[in-house]
Amino acid sequence: MNTVRAVLGGPSPFWRRALRPALRLGGTLLLGFVACAGIAVCVGIDPRVMLVEWIKGAVEGPQIFETVARSVPLVGMALAAAVPLRAGIVNLGADGQLVLGGLAAAVVALYLPLTPGLRLPLALLLGAAAGGAYGLLAALGELYARVPLLLSTWLLTYPAKGLCGYLVRSALRDPVTAWPSSHRIAPAERLPELLHGTPLNGGLLIIVALAVLVVFFDRRTALGYEIRMRGLNERFALYGGIALGRQTLLLMAVSGALAGLVGAVMVLGSEYRFTDGALTAPQYSWSGTLAALLAGGEPLGSVVAAVLFAALQTGGFAMERSVEIPRVLTTVLESMIILFLAMRSATWRRLR
Amino acid sequence: MNSSFFSVEFFDQVVLGITPILLAALAGTLSQAVGLFNIALEGQMLVGAFAAVAGAHFGGSLADAVILAVLAATLYSGLLALGSAVLGGNDIVIGLSANLLAGGLTSFLLRSLFGVSGTFSDSNMPGLPRLHLPWIAQLPLVGRALGEQDALVYLSWLLVGIIAVALRFTPWGLRVRGVGEDFKAAVSFGVHAHWHQVAVTLMGGALCGLAGLQLSLGSLTLFSENMTDGRGWIAVAAVMLGRGRPLGVAAACALFGFSDAVGLRLQGQGLPNQITDSAPYVVTLLALIAAGVTRRLRVSPQPPRLSSQHTEATRSVP
Repeated sequence: MNTVRAVLGGPSPFWRRALRPALRLGGTLLLGFVACAGIAVCVGIDPRVMLVEWIKGAVEGPQIFETVARSVPLVGMALAAAVPLRAGIVNLGADGQLVLGGLAAAVVALYLPLTPGLRLPLALLLGAAAGGAYGLLAALGELYARVPLLLSTWLLTYPAKGLCGYLVRSALRDPVTAWPSSHRIAPAERLPELLHGTPLNGGLLIIVALAVLVVFFDRRTALGYEIRMRGLNERFALYGGIALGRQTLLLMAVSGALAGLVGAVMVLGSEYRFTDGALTAPQYSWSGTLAALLAGGEPLGSVVAAVLFAALQTGGFAMERSVEIPRVLTTVLESMIILFLAMRSATWRRLR
Repeated sequence: MNSSFFSVEFFDQVVLGITPILLAALAGTLSQAVGLFNIALEGQMLVGAFAAVAGAHFGGSLADAVILAVLAATLYSGLLALGSAVLGGNDIVIGLSANLLAGGLTSFLLRSLFGVSGTFSDSNMPGLPRLHLPWIAQLPLVGRALGEQDALVYLSWLLVGIIAVALRFTPWGLRVRGVGEDFKAAVSFGVHAHWHQVAVTLMGGALCGLAGLQLSLGSLTLFSENMTDGRGWIAVAAVMLGRGRPLGVAAACALFGFSDAVGLRLQGQGLPNQITDSAPYVVTLLALIAAGVTRRLRVSPQPPRLSSQHTEATRSVP
C-alpha cells in the first residue's frame, strides 16, 4: 500500500491530484474501447481498422477543428449538467431548456425591431433567460409540490420540444425550406467567424468564458463552497445554515440558462435557423450529462470529459463515412464508460 | 365533446396505451418495494422491444420473440442488479447510463443486423394475436377494449393482483418489503437482502421485456429507434403516484393511457400532433403536482421516498 501511495503521490500536489482521475479515466476508456471492439467483432467489423479510423477522424488535419467546434455545445451542456450535479442534483431537462433558448434567440434575431448591433447580445441574453426560466420552473415544482427534479425536468422536455416543433411549423415557418424551420438569420445577427474556412465561431469564446466563470465560482467563492459542501453532505450543509431551497432554485436557473445559451449559440453561430430537431437530435444534453457524471460534477473535469466526448463523436462521424461503422457506437462507448465507473466505484453513492 | 369522441377505437387505444406502461410500472413497484430506485425501466423496455423483433424476424415464430425479449431484458437488468445491488453503485447513475446504452446498442444493432436506420418492419413477423373473450367482447363500446386484447394485456391485469397479494400476504413479500424498509435490519434477521434485490431486479427486467414485446409486436409489428419514447419514465412517475402500491400504480397507469388516447383523438380532430404528443407527459406532471400539493397540505411526517432530494441511503455500505 505504501509503495502504491509513493507511486501515486509524487512530490507535486498537482500531480497527485491529477494522476488518480487520469488513471481512472484512462482505465475505463480502455475498458470501453475493448467492449466496443468486442461488439464490432460480433457484427463482423475489424476492430483494428475501427479504432484507427475513429482516432484519426478525431484529430487528423482539419478534423481537429471539427472536434473543437463540436466541443462548443458539448462543453456548454456539460457545464449545464455539472453545476447542479456539484450539489447532487440531476437536471435531465437540458434538452427542453436548450430548444427554448434556441427558439428565443431565433425569434429575437429575426423579429425584434431593434438596431442590428443590439439584437445579437439581446438574442443571447434572452436565449439564456428562456432556458433559465424553464429550469427554474422545475425547481419550483420540487420546492412547492415535491415533484422530484429527476422526473419534472425530464417530463418538461416534452412540452418544450412540442411547442418549438409546432411554432416552426406554423407561425415561424420559412416556406422556402423543406424542413420545418424558421427563417434564416441575417449575417449581422450571427456570431462572427473566428477562422475563415473552419466551423469555429464566436460561440467558442463564449463557452470558454463560461467555463472559466463556472470554475472560478466553484473554486474561489463562498457560493461555490456552499454548493460543494451540499454535494458532499446535504445534512451538514443544512446544519451549516445553507438555505437548500434557495440554492436549488439558483442552481436550476443557472443550469437552464447555460443550456439555453448553448441553444442560442448554436442557432446564432452555426445553424443560422431554428430547425425542429436540429438541436436535440445530436443528443448534446446526454453527452453533457455523461461528461459531468464522469467528472463527478467537478467543472474543469467535466470540460475535459466533454472535449474528449467531442473528439469521440467527431471521430465517429469520420468512421461512419470511411468504413461504414455506425457512429452510434460513440453513444455506446460513452454510456459504457459511465456504467463501468458507476459500478466500479462508490463515487456517486452520495447522489442518493 | 361529440359522441364520436369516445368510440370503440378510443377505448381500445386506452388499453393499448396502458399495457406497456403498466408492465414496466409493475417492475418499478417491485424495485421500490425492495428499496432500489429503478429508472432503467426505459432502457430495459427498449432492449425487450428490439429483442422481440429480432426473435420474430430471425426465429420466425412468436415463441422465439417472447423468449428472446424476456431473456434479453432480464439479462440487461442484470447490469443494474450487479452494479447497484451487488457492487453498491449509485442506482440513478447506473440507470441513466443503462438507458442511454440501450438506445445506442439497439440503434447500432438495428443498423448492423437489419441494415436499416430509423424503423424496421417486416410484414411476415408474427404479431401478438388478439383473443376473443365470450360475452365481454359483446359489450357495447368497451367490448373490443376489454374482450379482444392479446394475452399480454390480460397477463398484465392478472399481475397487478398477483404482485399486490404476493407483496402483502406472502413470506417472500414480507422479506422483500423488509429489505426495502430497512436493509440492515433485514440482514440482521437473516434475510439474504442482496439476493432479494438481485432477484427482484431481474424479475423487473423480465416484466420490462414483456412491456417491450407488447410495444413492438402488440398493435404494430415493427421496431423503431427510441420507440419507448419516455414510457419508462412515465412508469417511474406512476410508481411514485401510486405510492408503490400495485393497485394505485395501475390506476396511475390508467390515467396516462387515457390521456394518451385523448391526445391521439384530439390529433384526429385537427390539433397539431406536436402539441397533442406531449399530452401524457403534461398530464403526468400535473398529476405529480396535484399529488405533491395534497400531500403537503396533509402535512405528512415523512417526505416522499422517491425524491432524489430527500432520501438518504437505505443500503448498507460494504
